[in-house]
Amino acid sequence: MTGYILSRLIRAAVTMLLTVTIVFLFIRFSGDPAAALVPPDAPQEVIDQYARTMGLDQPIWRQYAGYIGGILRGDFGFSIHTGLAVEEVFFDRLPFTLHLGLTALALAIAIGIPIGAIAAIRRGSALDRFVMGFSVFAFAMPNFLFGLILILTAALAFGTFLGGDSANVIWPALTLGLAAMGSFARFARSSLLETINAPYMRAAEARGVPFWTRLIRHAAPNAAIPLVTLIGLSLGALVAGSVVTEQVFAWPGVGQLLVRSVATRDLAQVQFLVLVVAFTMVMANLVVDFLYLLIDPRIRAT
Amino acid sequence: MAAEQGSGAARPSPLLSVFGLTVALPPDGDRPEAVSGVSFDIAPGETLCLVGESGSGKSVIGQAILGMLPSALPVTGGEISWQGTSMPAQRDAAFAGIRSAEISMIFQDASASLNPVRTIGAQLAEVLAVHGIAKSERKARVRDTLRDVALPEPERIARSYPHQLSGGQAQRAVIAAALLLAPRLLIADEPTTALDVTTQAEILALIARLKAERELAVLFVTHDFGVVAEIADRVAVMKDGIQVETGAAQEVLNRPQHAYTQRLIAAVTPPERPPNPRDDTRVLEARNVNLIYRSGLFGGRQSFHAVRDVSLEISAGQTVAVVGESGSGKSSLARCLLRLEDIDSGSITFKGAEISGLTGNALRSLRRSMQVVLQDPYSALNPRQTIRAAIAEGPIIHGATAKDAHRTADALMELVGLSAQAGGRYPQEFSGGQRQRICIARALALEPELLIADEAVSALDVSIQAQILDLFADMQARYGFAILFITHDLSVARAIADDILVMRQGEIVERGPASQIFDAPVHPYTADLLAAAPGLDTFQPESAA
Amino acid sequence: MSEVAAAGRAPPPIPLSVKIAMAFVVLFVLFALFGHALTPHGFRETSLLHRLEPPGTEGYLLGTDARGRDLLARLVAGAQITLVVAIAGTVIGAVLGSLLGILAAAQRGRAEAVIIAAIDVQASLPIIIVALFMLAMFDNSFALFLLLVGLNGWEVYARLMRGATLQAKESGYVTAVRALGASPARIYLRHVLPNILNIALVQFTVNLPLTVLLETALSFLGLGVQPPLTSLGQIMSEGRDRLMTAWWLTLLPGAIIFCLALSVSMIGDWLRDRLDPTLRSER
Repeated sequence: MTGYILSRLIRAAVTMLLTVTIVFLFIRFSGDPAAALVPPDAPQEVIDQYARTMGLDQPIWRQYAGYIGGILRGDFGFSIHTGLAVEEVFFDRLPFTLHLGLTALALAIAIGIPIGAIAAIRRGSALDRFVMGFSVFAFAMPNFLFGLILILTAALAFGTFLGGDSANVIWPALTLGLAAMGSFARFARSSLLETINAPYMRAAEARGVPFWTRLIRHAAPNAAIPLVTLIGLSLGALVAGSVVTEQVFAWPGVGQLLVRSVATRDLAQVQFLVLVVAFTMVMANLVVDFLYLLIDPRIRAT
Repeated sequence: MAAEQGSGAARPSPLLSVFGLTVALPPDGDRPEAVSGVSFDIAPGETLCLVGESGSGKSVIGQAILGMLPSALPVTGGEISWQGTSMPAQRDAAFAGIRSAEISMIFQDASASLNPVRTIGAQLAEVLAVHGIAKSERKARVRDTLRDVALPEPERIARSYPHQLSGGQAQRAVIAAALLLAPRLLIADEPTTALDVTTQAEILALIARLKAERELAVLFVTHDFGVVAEIADRVAVMKDGIQVETGAAQEVLNRPQHAYTQRLIAAVTPPERPPNPRDDTRVLEARNVNLIYRSGLFGGRQSFHAVRDVSLEISAGQTVAVVGESGSGKSSLARCLLRLEDIDSGSITFKGAEISGLTGNALRSLRRSMQVVLQDPYSALNPRQTIRAAIAEGPIIHGATAKDAHRTADALMELVGLSAQAGGRYPQEFSGGQRQRICIARALALEPELLIADEAVSALDVSIQAQILDLFADMQARYGFAILFITHDLSVARAIADDILVMRQGEIVERGPASQIFDAPVHPYTADLLAAAPGLDTFQPESAA
Repeated sequence: MSEVAAAGRAPPPIPLSVKIAMAFVVLFVLFALFGHALTPHGFRETSLLHRLEPPGTEGYLLGTDARGRDLLARLVAGAQITLVVAIAGTVIGAVLGSLLGILAAAQRGRAEAVIIAAIDVQASLPIIIVALFMLAMFDNSFALFLLLVGLNGWEVYARLMRGATLQAKESGYVTAVRALGASPARIYLRHVLPNILNIALVQFTVNLPLTVLLETALSFLGLGVQPPLTSLGQIMSEGRDRLMTAWWLTLLPGAIIFCLALSVSMIGDWLRDRLDPTLRSER
């Protein structure tokens, strides 16, 4: 078990370090980093000044060490847009994105997993075909199209405009969570089907354990194991989806900030956001790995 | 249905009575009915062995008794009654009161019968809970029952998860789960098939003891007449869903009426063959071979010493069998000798030339002299290659023209008992026994001097095993190659081998001519193996001294 | 249930829904290739007299946009780009990922460790974030965009193919063929590859819709295909501000994207059921 924890921690650290290194190398070798990190109209003296503080006259490995050191100290640079520290801009927007993302995740879990489970239990029924159809639909539906359809429908049917209202989280969250909902439903179905047909289910039946008890106490915990991985992985899809969804609904979150920063080439801001996303994903994977320890005794034994 | 043999004393009124049971197969099945008109009784405290090979329908009967048949397998005729009363319809809710409480059932793979994420104790307590036993009583009853099946430290076992138990312990735990509510009938569906022979003997002894102590009736489903000889009071033999013979165990074992029964009984101790003429030309010689598997990157490198200081020699035209239980290192040894695994130390010579360091082309040209037949005929053939191409591949690799190689392949197919016309078909279209014939033909296409057979018959039904062993012997007589036969099955080794090596935990503990190993084993482990092998004492092959 | 042997192995008929999906994919390709014959207008041709015409207008079958450009002509041009990006992009990821995955399994050791680390890094960065990062640093060119979209999903191919190759390497038939004396090239080309290609094929049908969705999403954000080229996502992006008044500018290209993604994934599901060895009774 210590071996497992240790190997996951090392793997996470290596992944994060590699990501930071790649980001550094791209920034360093894609033209003049000092020019890229200061406002486009800055005079040459400012650029030179910046280059000196960044240590661009130093050998590459010292620059790298300096870069890592900066990250460890929490020094990420300033947004050319606002002149504020990039993390400050980020933290202003984070609550909106968390609100949207967590609502979307909750919707996807609360709707997707139960309908997938019902489809597995009623395998072959009309309900099962409907759920499977829904999951394909959710997979193929572009979130920007779905968002626009929601906005259009709301405007035509109720005369309300859904965009730009951060109090009404349900519709953007539904847009964001739709794809994950579909894949949770599909995966919950196949995972549960697999465990329903497992030998220990037949053995429990032979011991006289009733159907629902078998389902809840034997099938569900086993089916949940791969689902935990999927939920961890879906975080990436949610982060990616929030970029588009926030744009469609004019939601003042991190995704919108990222798009605007890319469009205006606010490189310090973009770089910081990329590192934050990578960090979040690595942490999410770590949490999934550790959750395994709780739910799967076979891993505890290793 | 065969008539009941043997008369004798009036039997007590039956506990379970199955009469004319017929279960239909789905329309796309290979026959219309899974079982047709099966009838038998089981009296209290009696063990009935239901014997048959795969596809005989024997497992369907156990499920039918407990009302567990899926709707795809409907009961279309006959009646099952329990203590004189008719059983409810399949999948009826009333079975809840019968399962575990009156009739219990255990399955072949005990570890798979236990939920991997819950403790043994929790799973046993659940059986008590669903049958309304008060919570305060459960823990003690679980512990007592675990102790009753002779599990050491019942408290610790109760806290354990299934993966922490050995195969034998898991089967004991499953038996404990089946006995918690003191049922009167235990249905055991091939409960020892996945176990090593010594563990099997322990489980059979356990079931025999429980039967005596509790007056438990047992319906024991098996394919192995060796097991039947150990435990059965009465026997019913199934073939393709039809009950071909029924009777008292001694009667059926000593005077089997049906040809199929006779074949199954003969398969327990395949006839010994006359020994191959002695020849002192060494084909293969291994000296002090060691193989260590290493794994794990973090948390300490783990290593497993699979083969320890093994030395052996095989002479031209001889058959040497390596016998051992699972984990004994016998298959690792085969992989070392085949140069599929690089040994850690020692030497292997083939006709006097050292081969343990060969690589590249030198190794590849060695391979034509040394061939292998693997255990699982289902995975041993590429599903996307016709069988003619599979057999011809060896000669083509070693330089034959495609035309010659295909002619060789066609001739070999006929030789191993398949039609050359079948050459254009894919492996999926053949049965296990036929696939093993194809694998043998593929190995022989290179006319090797040594054939290594790694558990080459253990995945096959017993009646097929005998045919494949015959094929090995016939081909050996024809081509004169030496055979190294890896097996866990003593009777297979005795049937085919001139010399036998016994392996345990990576080491060879005993070696000698086959008859010596059987008649006068020296190492206590060999003696244990012989004692544990079911039915060996009942069926003495005619040619044995 | 080993007791019940499956009999005849005639392939089941193709379900109607899959036939419709296949027909749509064919129709989409024909539309992209020959659709310009349906309209006299070029996709960049503006007409101030015909701005925001609704569908059905004389001479403008599907209406026009805010600059009086024919929507039908633009959809054809957009479909072409989407088709090119989808196919080229998917192939880049599939080939690169599969090769790396097979290489990792074949070599083990250090090469495998490096490839697994690369997979981990990619898996921790959604491709759209990588694309945005690169687009912020480099000038947006079609070649760069194609490459970025192409990288989509390579790590999934790599992971799947590594697993499949490892499994095939351990299989009995590869052991037997090794023992026959086959060279590594023969083992991989004749035995491993044919048995793992199905997995890549099925993943292709999963990845293709995702690539289409990624391309259209980036173009929708204004960070993908740039004028004078156009794509379905870009058309939607331009029409977005007029959603209430000129719905056709967003909903028509959106519907095409959706139907394409839907059709390909339906075909993929069907293929998976046909090819999945765990569903096919082998014994």
